[in-house]
Amino acid sequence: MKQISVLLFGILFGIVLTKGEIISWYRIIEMFHFDSFHMFGTIFSAIAVSAIFIALSKRFKWTALDGGHLRFANYPKGWKKYIFGGTIFGFGWALIGACPAPLFILIGNGYFPILIAIVGALLGTLLYGILEKRLPR
Amino acid sequence: MDLLNSPWPWYIAGPMISLTMILLLLVGRSLGFSGNFRTMCAIGGAKKVSDYFDIDWKAQTWNLLFLVGTVVGGYVAHNFMNADAAVDLAAGTVERLENLGFENPGSTFQPSELFGSGVWGNLSAIVILLLGGALIGFGSRYADGCTSGHAISGMANLQLPSLITIIGFFIGGLTMVWFIFPLIFS
Repeated sequence: MKQISVLLFGILFGIVLTKGEIISWYRIIEMFHFDSFHMFGTIFSAIAVSAIFIALSKRFKWTALDGGHLRFANYPKGWKKYIFGGTIFGFGWALIGACPAPLFILIGNGYFPILIAIVGALLGTLLYGILEKRLPR
Repeated sequence: MDLLNSPWPWYIAGPMISLTMILLLLVGRSLGFSGNFRTMCAIGGAKKVSDYFDIDWKAQTWNLLFLVGTVVGGYVAHNFMNADAAVDLAAGTVERLENLGFENPGSTFQPSELFGSGVWGNLSAIVILLLGGALIGFGSRYADGCTSGHAISGMANLQLPSLITIIGFFIGGLTMVWFIFPLIFS
């Protein structure tokens, strides 16, 4: 049941990012040109609504449906890996106008050349795994 | 507004992204997509080349299911919700892309130069997609998260590392669009 629900949430996410045009290469390029509020409004409102939910759930000690903890994203302190990793990611994001989830949503939309980028992403991940211990972090 | 047939404005799309994040929290999960790349490499036997992939990938199958869902969601939106329309792109962006040699920017959902079926016979487009993908895969693992993990889940939980990562996204993205695009395209 829990597995089915996650599948449904994925379907929701795919619909939202398609209908919101977040998966359009043009929208990402437009964002990096600061020509439109669309992407910024989407990201800021998503953060704001999510932040309000998280603040309320901490205040009122809400739990997951099964009574377990809500798993908020907590990242270890530091800056090197975040700024270096983020910058490398930014190069790729702007080049092909898609971040990881849209790579897959685009398959559903029928843009099959994106499979090439997915192969690239797996190769990049593999390379990271090999170099991991030698990188500044 | 016809939400089924017209594109969604930011004030619908943003809160709907939040809804997805909240639903995942409620079933004990956390929105973060790029971890799937590590899982996929692990399933493919990548632990032979690095301990980084020596993980209990079965614990991550929920995220792969989420991934399968996103593909289905893209299919549903594309085929039943009339999503493949023109993008109402800002005039400044249209002009700059035209100067770079793109034909009728925004008249379709994606530029055919990078996403059309002609790509399979175009070596430079293949290299761009492969390289872009590799940068995304490498960078998101290095920073320990992508747009969903850092920009949504992390920022909503007021994580400083996520803010630093997003600053990195923009350092890379702005450099690419303003300084490297003129070298690649046109």
